[in-house]
Amino acid sequence: MATIDGSRRASGGIRGREAIAGWVFTAPMILILGVFLFIPVLMALYVSMTTWNGNGSPFAGGQNAEFVGLDNYSALFSRDGLTRDNFMQSLGNNFWYVLFVVPLQTATAFFLALIVSNRFLKGKSFFRTAFYFPSVTSSIAISVVFLFLFQNSGAVNAILAFFGINGPAWFSDSRGLFHIALGKVGVDNPGWAQAEVLGRSLWAWSSGPSVAMCVVIGLAIWTTTGTFMLLFIAALQDLPVEVDEAAMLDGVSPWQKLRLVTLPMIKPTLFLVITLGLIGTWQVFDQIYVMGKGAPAGTTLTPAYLSYQESFRSLKYGTGAAMAFIVFVIIVLLTWFQRWLMREDRGTSRRTRRAAAVAVGMQQGKQAGGPS
Amino acid sequence: MTRRAAGWKLFGGYAVLLLFAAIYLYPFLIQIATSFKTDAQASSDPLALVPNPFDVTTWQRIFGLTEDSPVPIVRWLTNSVFITIVVTAARVFFDSLAGYALSRLRFRGRGFLFAAVLAVMSVPGVALLIPKFLMVTYLGIYDTYAAMILPLVVDAAGVFIMKQFFDSVPVSVEEAARIDGAGVFRTFWSVVLPMAKPALITLTILSFQGSWNEFTHFLVTTQDADHKTLVTGLASLASGELGAGSQFPLKMGAALLTTIPVAILFFCFQRYFVRGANEGGVKG
Repeated sequence: MATIDGSRRASGGIRGREAIAGWVFTAPMILILGVFLFIPVLMALYVSMTTWNGNGSPFAGGQNAEFVGLDNYSALFSRDGLTRDNFMQSLGNNFWYVLFVVPLQTATAFFLALIVSNRFLKGKSFFRTAFYFPSVTSSIAISVVFLFLFQNSGAVNAILAFFGINGPAWFSDSRGLFHIALGKVGVDNPGWAQAEVLGRSLWAWSSGPSVAMCVVIGLAIWTTTGTFMLLFIAALQDLPVEVDEAAMLDGVSPWQKLRLVTLPMIKPTLFLVITLGLIGTWQVFDQIYVMGKGAPAGTTLTPAYLSYQESFRSLKYGTGAAMAFIVFVIIVLLTWFQRWLMREDRGTSRRTRRAAAVAVGMQQGKQAGGPS
Repeated sequence: MTRRAAGWKLFGGYAVLLLFAAIYLYPFLIQIATSFKTDAQASSDPLALVPNPFDVTTWQRIFGLTEDSPVPIVRWLTNSVFITIVVTAARVFFDSLAGYALSRLRFRGRGFLFAAVLAVMSVPGVALLIPKFLMVTYLGIYDTYAAMILPLVVDAAGVFIMKQFFDSVPVSVEEAARIDGAGVFRTFWSVVLPMAKPALITLTILSFQGSWNEFTHFLVTTQDADHKTLVTGLASLASGELGAGSQFPLKMGAALLTTIPVAILFFCFQRYFVRGANEGGVKG
């Protein structure tokens, strides 16, 4: 592959050797990413347009893998039935999950970063380590620990009992938080909420995360705040000291300083953390796999997990692949949006961007793994 | 701000931090404690951090020292260690080769390749479950170590990190070597790689952590018990596929075993986890 254009030929054989070396050095990458990522995605795109049931070859057509065009996709949105019900419920679940996790993890991470960045604080590195450690460990191992902590007679309910609170049966409670709250004021499945949107009643859409999902939400916040805290710490270190001093001399209160000085200056990092959070929360899989596989009553189903279940458990690979591509599109759009935000000229410091690169690397090492 | 107010603020800061530290560390401490409890105590006294009685049966079971050991954790451990070592070594080597080429070697198509790497990085792992399964069955390597290892030996994020690193290193040293007549690979191996040590350490840590904690890839490329790793084994143990009863001490012990290697790595190379990569010059 030693194509050398005219201008380069002038410098002779070294350039030619360099071109060959270039292709040789990148050959393993091209081969592995091509064979195990690029081509398979195309294969799956085709399978998402078939009814493959796991028997025989997915590409042979016939009864096992009939080509149906975009039918699997349109069925997810417009055909009455269990598949659409499940898919819509999973989208709803994941939406509530995102709505709770992203703000809470961002706020907690920022809060911890603010305290840890206090100049007079001793033992900073201990606290930083403690908060960051959950982020690097296995999501499966941590989910197993949470299963233990949140069992009916587990540690969490023991602590709640200490304060006189009767803890719920976390993993079998399918009631949505908003439904519980509305129930307290006497609203239960009222007539106005019966209108159906995409096959689900407004009442079902507005449930909020179920009690079981709250455990997954807690787990997500607990494991991700460390990484995001580091990003915030990096951003806070980048703030010029003069600004701090000027604010102090002007006699502004700490709260004013936070709102008028600190927050506007770390805005780029704030956006970064939020978009990284959005990207991560649409991929939740491992935790669901360990903590109930969608139970109770489908309230912890997420599109990513449902796609797996449809394919590998119900052997409807076409439908599963179509769901996976919908998740794929959601996440790729969010990623592009994030990259657009992080363009060089938008005022994020080099330090922040470096830290972001590593954070993304970690996240992919953790969630995607392999050719991510 | 008066000295006294500052003192109170600091005190409040410590109180909040200690509370959070307790929340963040307790789940790990309880893993350790529970793995030394009896099944009965794990259920009746889930909060206690001191096992009473102190019981080592769980660990004997984990290492296959008791008669009734239906859970092949040693086998899982062996698989995890083997796969992690092979994947990490290969990944560090191939990623730095590709990263170096994309940063330094001038050849046609380089810009396109780098754009492709960036595109690949935005592909979410959860969307790759079915694709990986399709390719692995197509190649006829389902349920083999090849299927577990090969797709993991190159990762786009690692190539990106290495490329960024080489971009930040001055070319002069290599050019001197080249002028002395060393070939491209020779220069790469004996001049460039030794200079890239900080980035290589970062990449090693990321790869180790990534492949040790890997779950979904093994979930869709293997099925039989012989190919379970600690992570996939633990997941099936948690789903109650292996043996009845809650077996919490056993589960906590296995979870702990899964956590320990990454924990050791983390505490030894914290610098590289937390800010080492910055020093290593992963330039944004």
